[in-house]
Amino acid sequence: MPEISYREAVRDALSRAMREDDDVFVMGEDIAEMGGSMGVTQGMLDEFGPERVRNTPISEMAIVGAGIGAAMQGMRPVVEIMYEDFLTLSLEQIVNQAAKHRYMSGGQLKVPVTIRTQGGAGWSPGAQHAQQLEAWLVHIPGLKVVFASTPEDVRGLLWSAIYDDNPVVFFEHRTLYGIKGEVPEEIEPIELGKARIHRQGEDVTVVATGRLVHEALAAAQEAEAQGVSVEVFDPRTLQPLDERALIDSVKKTNRCVVAHEAVVRGGYGAEIAAVVQHGAFDWLDAPVERVGAKFVPLPFAPVMEEFVVPHAADVLEAIYRTVGRTA
Amino acid sequence: MAQVFPAERELRRVIGAGHSVPDRALEGVGERELLELYRSLVLLRTYDERSVVYHRQGRIGTYAIFWNHEAMQAGAVHALEEQDWIFPSYRESAIGLLRGMPASTVLSWWRGHPAGWWNPADYNVASICVPIGTHVPHAAGLAWGKRLAGEDAVAIAFFGDGATSEGSFHEGANFAAVMRAPLILFCNNNQWAISTPLDAQTRAETLADKAVGYGMPGVRVDGLDVLAVYEATREAVARARAGDGPTFIEAVHYRAAPHATADDPRVYIDLERVEEERQRECVGRYERYLRRLGVLSDEQAEQIRGEAAETMRRGIAQAEAEPAADVALLFEHAYADGRVAFASELAELRRLTGGTEAVEPDEGPEVQV
Repeated sequence: MPEISYREAVRDALSRAMREDDDVFVMGEDIAEMGGSMGVTQGMLDEFGPERVRNTPISEMAIVGAGIGAAMQGMRPVVEIMYEDFLTLSLEQIVNQAAKHRYMSGGQLKVPVTIRTQGGAGWSPGAQHAQQLEAWLVHIPGLKVVFASTPEDVRGLLWSAIYDDNPVVFFEHRTLYGIKGEVPEEIEPIELGKARIHRQGEDVTVVATGRLVHEALAAAQEAEAQGVSVEVFDPRTLQPLDERALIDSVKKTNRCVVAHEAVVRGGYGAEIAAVVQHGAFDWLDAPVERVGAKFVPLPFAPVMEEFVVPHAADVLEAIYRTVGRTA
Repeated sequence: MAQVFPAERELRRVIGAGHSVPDRALEGVGERELLELYRSLVLLRTYDERSVVYHRQGRIGTYAIFWNHEAMQAGAVHALEEQDWIFPSYRESAIGLLRGMPASTVLSWWRGHPAGWWNPADYNVASICVPIGTHVPHAAGLAWGKRLAGEDAVAIAFFGDGATSEGSFHEGANFAAVMRAPLILFCNNNQWAISTPLDAQTRAETLADKAVGYGMPGVRVDGLDVLAVYEATREAVARARAGDGPTFIEAVHYRAAPHATADDPRVYIDLERVEEERQRECVGRYERYLRRLGVLSDEQAEQIRGEAAETMRRGIAQAEAEPAADVALLFEHAYADGRVAFASELAELRRLTGGTEAVEPDEGPEVQV
């Protein structure tokens, strides 16, 4: 199996879809000659030309809105919002338009647009270029929301997102673009709404998304050395959530930690905790622990940024809390 | 490559006014087309006037009145081909009638009944856009998609003067211009955004001036002159189809009716100006033009009005004969892949309706346990 980076995996899914299917095209700011601010679309202009790898004006509302319009007439556009912080500029189109058109036409209009975006701390960009805002979109009926954590997953999930007939908001993490992983020769689509258990365990289920999946895996390894067996559960699709798999996992381990980079308050972890306490109430041996960023805008100073967002050590502490140990 | 298109100042007119402004003939428009235009105007006028009555009778909900906006709607739509897409705002709610949509469908929309959901692809008429200007980027994207797909179709987006203050209008217009998308931006400048007058909306001398900044032609027409609207739109469509990009059309008039059935404009509008505008209302004005040409007889006018009235009688009867909506539809249509709802919410619905089978979750992701 070839080994590719997360960045290459995104590009591979886009390119293969565009090779096979004239209905797929990409559109966004600086994605053509420059190949996108994260280098994801590098080389695609040469292969597909400027009509299908389309640089746009700096107009997030129009990028998503035009994606909706093109999707309405049968295309499968993949639009890029350079930083998820800039989703704010296109929220009208995502929340009131993309998410609603199907419903308001009595199911007769489909809007198969994929909105790719990325974010995440770890490189000190300050308060407006590194947020994790996925929870906002999970709150909107009509949208599907994906957050991929590995090269294999990002490729298989993006493929499914492109071919899903619903609008999909697809989150990538800034610091994951360089990580490498093995992928199958051919793309194996990953069903939206299907979780992945990265590691089986007996004592605690850590539900993690994005970068925190990797932090959770590191924490799990350390806990293992201390005799605590940790299951690492990545929902991959935040909406719809694979609730059955989640509850089954917690019924097995009897404890649950949720971990994401977004702030804890009102975060996606709160939804996970609610689903777990309702579905596995009698199986829980400890309160659900939440790990996430502190409730403050991301500071610019690297040391402060590191303090605000969670790392493996924070996950490990939370694991120990659920089993009544101290680190 | 870049080109400056100075915006027009004068309003284009075809229909004359008294002795000072003579009628102008319109090239390529025969008697049959002239009468078809009249039929469309009368149909829209009848729809609008009857709808206000239906609202007062409690038979439809709050309704956005478009009285005296018919010339813009009919003139523009007649300049399009079947394959061209229309993006209406709420002011153009009945524009689908000009594409063969049954009156009962539009009336059902205003009644909040599922029979009012039409498939946009059946008529190439997008869903009615109620937020202001948010459909301009959709129209730009659809037009761009048509070009990518190699289809010879254009799109037209209708919006009001107030929409030109919205970010989505600006982004959509600029986007379409940069992409050379085959789009017509049709601005119904009735000079009022509910109670906000145009001079509180912009410092630009004309709205067509905005087109200069986007590098597209800005055309001004008399919004009550159906033939001037038709001619300007026909030109814009030809330009778009030839690959020369979008055109901004500013159709100017003065809103002579309330914004909607929930609005009482007497507290803010210039009533004398309204009265003047009513004197030159667009349907009568066109009718007099046709009579001057000798194209329309009393019998024909009577017959066309009768047909429109009958369409509305039949439309409201059909809309009211629709069976009550299936409550299970509440959770339908949110997603393409079956009903996605939570077991507890479905159970609540089932309890309230006393039904069982209709609200079972069908295919789709697992529901909450």
